[in-house]
Amino acid sequence: MYGAIYISLCVLGFATFYPFWNSAVISFNNGMDTALGGVTFWPRDFTLDNYHIVFKDKRIVDGFIISILRTIAGTFLSIMSTAIFAYGMSKKELMHKKFYMVVCIITMYFSGGLIPYFLLIRELGMMDTFWVMVIPGMISVWNMIIFRTFFQGLPDGLEESAKMDGCNNWGVLFRIALPLSGPVIATLSLFTAVYHWNDWFAPSIFINNPELLPIQTKLQQILNSNIMSEQLSQMNSAANAAMSRMKSNITTKSLSMATMMVATIPIVLVYPFVQKYFVKGVLIGSLKE
Amino acid sequence: MARNTPIASERKPANGGAEKSYFKRLAGQWDIQLMVVPALLLIIVFQYIPMYGVLLGFQDYSLFKGFLDSPWVGLKHFEAFFNDPDFNRVIRNTIVISFLKFFIGFPAPIILALMLNEVSKLAFKRVIQTVSYLPHFMSWVIVAGMVSSMLSTDNGSINMLLQQLNLIDEPISFLSLPEYFWSILVVTDVWKSIGFGSIIYLAAIAGVNPQMYEAAAIDGASKFKMTYLITIPSIMPVIIIFMILAIGNLLSAGFEDILLLANAGIREVSDVIDVYVYRIGIENQRFSYATAIGLFKAIISVALLTIANFAARKSGNSLW
Repeated sequence: MYGAIYISLCVLGFATFYPFWNSAVISFNNGMDTALGGVTFWPRDFTLDNYHIVFKDKRIVDGFIISILRTIAGTFLSIMSTAIFAYGMSKKELMHKKFYMVVCIITMYFSGGLIPYFLLIRELGMMDTFWVMVIPGMISVWNMIIFRTFFQGLPDGLEESAKMDGCNNWGVLFRIALPLSGPVIATLSLFTAVYHWNDWFAPSIFINNPELLPIQTKLQQILNSNIMSEQLSQMNSAANAAMSRMKSNITTKSLSMATMMVATIPIVLVYPFVQKYFVKGVLIGSLKE
Repeated sequence: MARNTPIASERKPANGGAEKSYFKRLAGQWDIQLMVVPALLLIIVFQYIPMYGVLLGFQDYSLFKGFLDSPWVGLKHFEAFFNDPDFNRVIRNTIVISFLKFFIGFPAPIILALMLNEVSKLAFKRVIQTVSYLPHFMSWVIVAGMVSSMLSTDNGSINMLLQQLNLIDEPISFLSLPEYFWSILVVTDVWKSIGFGSIIYLAAIAGVNPQMYEAAAIDGASKFKMTYLITIPSIMPVIIIFMILAIGNLLSAGFEDILLLANAGIREVSDVIDVYVYRIGIENQRFSYATAIGLFKAIISVALLTIANFAARKSGNSLW
């Protein structure tokens, strides 16, 4: 019985990890050699060339920088604004508290849908801007509720003694409440950062200027054109396939994999160190039901 | 004429302090209202205005005329959708994919959590957990890239494996063939979400009173019986909550994953409502029609959620 469990878990672990490993291996393999086929567990013709090319490609570098800027700005603005919002909502004396709360909760169950949202962004003139990736999603009701619960749990005495020393509400927020909420901020920031780093869809419909596209969207465009080329080549004969590959200037598999690695390496590198925050975060969220 | 009930401004306030009018009180707490009002404005702009946008589904919206000047057409788009030749396959795909993802993808994290719970070697458990959470943090672009790499006819690992085992002669072009799409979709979805999904169940399982297991062991129960009669009933509240949410999401059979893994050739099996709305609305710019479809989906989803919650309430566990 235990044997079966251990074996299944090993298979799962392997199946989960292999695609990632294989992609990494291909990215370190010479592109021409990869085209010959058969690269699986280890690079056959190790090279860093693919990465050289990727890091020299202005489009990729631009995408990487945009992703970094977006993640930093988006996470900071979102967490800060949501925390301030939540602190206000945690104050017992806040008038219309219930009404505000209802306004928030409704948005967790209903939404206007993609098309009205798209048209709104258009109307607001936010198409093709950097801020369209950052501003609309700034307030997260879910995070607000988590922050709020945390703030409500802080002892009243802290606030009272701060106010006796002459602090106003904003002072208490920035000098007492926020510093104490380090772990909550860390956890929610991580989730928000991952979301921003991985979001490819919103930029793909709202932004046309290639200089503003984050790396995930650029990667999607590269992989998409690869897939189309591959299908075209399958529909024709082998000779046509070779011709169409040369004509369409396809990114070799190794190059695509290297771009993919670059797009996901930040997450993978940071992940082992912050894994426990992620796990805690899931549990914080669930216990608030 | 004497008043019997005091008007608001004359009523003694509960805190026994100075009497203040509504506006004075509001002005008095301007600083915390200031913390709250901007955020609410953002929510109203970016969440509530689109909600009103669903009215577009009842118009023949034109970008040039704008919302106020576009003609109202009532239920025309809804009727058009129901009579559209695409309707059947879109709804069919949505329901089939949703059911497949539910029946396979819903138990998977639970089973993983149950299995992990039985592992005594902590180091092994942590390794498996760490590895299994990883796919959740990769973007769908990355995942789709890996999937198409593994399934490619150009020496993708899966085709290579099948050929090595002599199960096939020629590589199969998995992603181009409609018959494989649903399997690819479900397997990928489980792969991506099983690890992270198991976290909550593991926490729930860890919360079960160990004395129940000890008592069952004394009574001679096997591991299977213990899992079946103690663990699962104990985590049933968590399971039911998630099940309600899953039923409410029945018509959301996926979006990013399908957008990335599907292609024009297999639309017959890959088109689900959200993907269809995206293509019709954003690519083809048929705004009103797409909005109507989206609204239809939202209404049905709310109905499903309410029904599921109502049914679950009877068992004592519900969202509200």
